[in-house]
Amino acid sequence: MARAAVRGRLTGRLAWQVATVAGVREETATARTIVLTAPGFAGNLAGQHLDVRLTAEDGYTAERSYSIASAPGEPLEITVQRLDEGEVSPYLAGELRPGDELEVRGPIGGYFVWDAADAASPLLLAAGGSGIVPFRSILRHRAQLPGTAAPARLLYSARSADDVIYRSELDRGEPGLAVTYALTRRQPPGWTGHAGRVDDALLGQVAWPAGQDPLAFVCGPTSFVEAVAAGLTGLGYRPARVKTERYGGTGGR
Amino acid sequence: MAAVDGNAIGGLLHEVFGAEMTAAAARCGSCGMTGPVASMVVYRQGPGVVARCRRCSGILMVIVTVRGMNCVDLRGLARLDTTATAGQPAGEGTTW
Repeated sequence: MARAAVRGRLTGRLAWQVATVAGVREETATARTIVLTAPGFAGNLAGQHLDVRLTAEDGYTAERSYSIASAPGEPLEITVQRLDEGEVSPYLAGELRPGDELEVRGPIGGYFVWDAADAASPLLLAAGGSGIVPFRSILRHRAQLPGTAAPARLLYSARSADDVIYRSELDRGEPGLAVTYALTRRQPPGWTGHAGRVDDALLGQVAWPAGQDPLAFVCGPTSFVEAVAAGLTGLGYRPARVKTERYGGTGGR
Repeated sequence: MAAVDGNAIGGLLHEVFGAEMTAAAARCGSCGMTGPVASMVVYRQGPGVVARCRRCSGILMVIVTVRGMNCVDLRGLARLDTTATAGQPAGEGTTW
């Protein structure tokens, strides 16, 4: 076995713990935010995720990971997108009620994280579908910081306006944040924004010039992340400045 | 089912190594490419996880969880370095 130079960073045991649903908030027809109370939860960085485990009466367990929607210091929240063929998401996004319990493990992640040390770089966030969830945490954390962060641009690809999660929050706007939508399947009447998938042309319009040493985060279905990350590389972004988190999927957006 | 990446097995890796690992620098034993663990191409099939190098597809890690035990094979890694700065691994030729 290859020798590994592993320095154990003592962040404490990452143990499964019981969380109670404190509330739910319907975001779209198929996405729901779940507010959790977990006494042992130590708080999260912006961009991290939570592992969730469900156990059936016969002992069958299913585990999934969900990005944390809340910023550091806020009540713990995850947003779950219901997948038609999903085993877990229909339950979490449909049947779960306040008072119900879940097993959770986290917060998890040290790479796909944005913090104050990143605030000086122009920020590009590219979200495909439910990939928007960790960016809510990042944008809310950015707004928490004293002083003025470098400007940010959010490129959000969704199937239709009805599928845009956090729509009202995004519409409220935020100083130093510009939001561009790409609606891939359906557009509302009179839509003047981008219709169809994010392509290199749109990316070229929205992305910060590489010369400004921007920092980019890309999150969503694997096919979306691959396409956008490749596009940013083509625009001159260094790989170390493009952070990616792939949700998997079959490729359809 | 599309592949995911090292972020998706962050919890499992924390369980195995006792620490956050997605920001660690992994050097491929096949091609020498170094990149963050988060960037590994990860396939999950039942109790097994296979992580491959994004550049050469060489296998980096195989983790099989059986009866509560994690069986870990890291022979595909030449180096695993948690001292690297998150997202900025040391070494030549990083890739996402």
